[in-house]
Amino acid sequence: MDAIILQTLNGLDKGSAYALIALGLTLIFGTLGVVNFAHGALFMIGAFCAVTVQRVLTLSIITLDPTKTDFLGNPAKIKTPYVEKFFGTDIGAGIIDWSVPIAILFAIPIMIAIGFLMERVLIRHFYNRPHADQILVTFGLAIVLQEVVKHFFGANPIPTPAPEAFAGAIDFGVLIGFDPNQIVYPYWRLIYFLFSMVVIGGVFSFLRFTTFGMVVRAGMADRETVGLLGININKRFTIMFGIAAAVAGLAGVMYAPINSPNFHMGMDFLVLSFVVVVVGGMGSLPGAVLAGFMLGILESYASLNEIKAIIPGIDQIIIYLVAIIILLTRPRGLMGRKGVMEE
Amino acid sequence: MLGLNKKDASLLLIVAVLALCAPFILNPFPEGSALAQFNAGYPDLMQRFVIYGIFAIGFNILFGLTGYLSFGHAAFLGVGSYSAVWVFKLIGMNVLPAIAFSIIVAGLFSLLIGYISLRRSGIYFSILTLAFAQMSFNLAYSVLTPITNGETGLQLTLNDARILGQQATPDGSIPVTNLLPGIEMRQSVQWDVGGWLFTFNTGYYLAAVFLLISFYIAIRIFRSPFGLMLRAVKSNQQRLNYTGLNTRPYTLAAFVISGMYAGLAGGLLASMDPLAGAERMQWTASGEVVIMTILGGAGTLIGPILGAGFIKYFENIFSKINENILHDWFSFLPQGLQDFVVTIVAPFFGEGWSLSMGLMFMAIVIFLPGGLVDGGKRLGKLFRRKSQDDTTPGQTTPAE
Repeated sequence: MDAIILQTLNGLDKGSAYALIALGLTLIFGTLGVVNFAHGALFMIGAFCAVTVQRVLTLSIITLDPTKTDFLGNPAKIKTPYVEKFFGTDIGAGIIDWSVPIAILFAIPIMIAIGFLMERVLIRHFYNRPHADQILVTFGLAIVLQEVVKHFFGANPIPTPAPEAFAGAIDFGVLIGFDPNQIVYPYWRLIYFLFSMVVIGGVFSFLRFTTFGMVVRAGMADRETVGLLGININKRFTIMFGIAAAVAGLAGVMYAPINSPNFHMGMDFLVLSFVVVVVGGMGSLPGAVLAGFMLGILESYASLNEIKAIIPGIDQIIIYLVAIIILLTRPRGLMGRKGVMEE
Repeated sequence: MLGLNKKDASLLLIVAVLALCAPFILNPFPEGSALAQFNAGYPDLMQRFVIYGIFAIGFNILFGLTGYLSFGHAAFLGVGSYSAVWVFKLIGMNVLPAIAFSIIVAGLFSLLIGYISLRRSGIYFSILTLAFAQMSFNLAYSVLTPITNGETGLQLTLNDARILGQQATPDGSIPVTNLLPGIEMRQSVQWDVGGWLFTFNTGYYLAAVFLLISFYIAIRIFRSPFGLMLRAVKSNQQRLNYTGLNTRPYTLAAFVISGMYAGLAGGLLASMDPLAGAERMQWTASGEVVIMTILGGAGTLIGPILGAGFIKYFENIFSKINENILHDWFSFLPQGLQDFVVTIVAPFFGEGWSLSMGLMFMAIVIFLPGGLVDGGKRLGKLFRRKSQDDTTPGQTTPAE
């Protein structure tokens, strides 16, 4: 029992990442009808926003300390980060410690800007081209973005720690009446899950309860009619593309402490996220979220030793297996809309 | 000739001559000259040209004719490699049974995957093939380790059975792949003519023969009623269904044929260098063959070969160019400017080859959806219009 609860919790954080990326993918697909293979790269760029902010905050001024010498006999160099110099040692160290949450503030405008740029410069010209062309050009873009990041940050994973306050783990089992140390769950993963719920809730309520969201939903249902009513639907869809990029970026920023960012993390997540979108149903936002969590948790169940003993290797293929079964039995996915991508 | 019309026969002839003379054509610069780094006439690279050419020709039969975009074709290449290496381990070092076996296994594997994946079309088909390929890749890394030897990759050892061959050579090393006893794949004849060094490699010529056979079969498929049916699937599958035709057998046949081509390519790769690793099956490898085909021109006969050669050539040459060479190139500029230019250009060479490839690929998809062949056609049209204004443009369709 405790193993099952633990695996459910373990599945939640991966599921959150899948759900956030798949949500963005579906938003783009539902509004613009574009299959965006570069979405994983946006996730990766988000993670590297966290890395960049951390690097900027730890930019240091080097002073010489004449009282101490290093092993060569030169005066020892002391690195003082600029933030510590400006705000004092305590506050400065605190700011550096909280660099990942601070990165969120920077990531939102950056990701929205990147999304805008992508849509305006590239994707816009592909609305009337076949889906295969959209896949190919965004696949090319994904390679380019990945290589650019690799050029600037190198090929090795860059550790990006979470704030010290969240460094430990919560003994979750005690809260629900198990013995101590049976279900231990890192704080940051819990935060990641809560954060993703907030973001998902935010996107849904934005679409549900604002006029802007209403227009976008109307545009998803019938783009032409909304256009005929004198509403500039293209502009709104561009904004939605920016929001989708921001969602992927936020997922990346917060994921940085869980897995040290490297340049191919986007590609790794992309394939799985596409599977998630297809399982959830092309064009269905709730479907994407549901399928994201479902597959994340299933994947973590499949890595239980008891299950691996019955079917060896199942943890490696469970997601693909589920996707194949669902595509063949429920071609529209779990919650797919009728008439979407059914040629 | 051989049941081809004049145009196709001359196309086949051109490819044959190119393949035959590749050691000369790819080595235009004398050994030791500054430009020798652009030579591509060494066996390893030439083998890859033709092998990936075969792979792309096969992929084009599926994608170019039916429009089904498979993102999992590398799985068949990987399966072909594994089966060839197993033949080397169990039967003997002759390459022909190994290649035959890898074609058969890849064909069966693609029959299975195609049968399931082709129930859906469009993006769903792409995702399904991608899922299958990733599944094979993950399995090859984990559970199937007894068959695939996991991360290390499948290699020959001295303890292999090799019932029809020798377990070890007299001097105690692992025997090498051969075509007939005595004709080894790695054998090369070198010919030194006044500074130029030409290498003729057995393995390369074997692969080239297979390329010609595959190319010939591809031409026949393109020109056959079967090929016409596949084109019909691409242009309007729904209408075909409405006329009472079941298109599935046709698409499945195309899928299996292209899977067998991939298996042949995998078997050849293993014949040249008898080892097989799971990374050959990764989805980025599938993406590469898509890029090759699109770059050359999907749906054209010669396009995939061009694309494969183009990608493999630039992959090799670009990644060899380092900053020192760049400094040499721009040495005519003043020092400061030279450093600046090299700093700008350097990320696109060497390690950054993938970046250049991604950019090039994007440019092709955006500006030239028909690929290099289409570009050539347009250029040809442009010139023809300039030279003789009143000819009909319809007569200028070269290699399709």
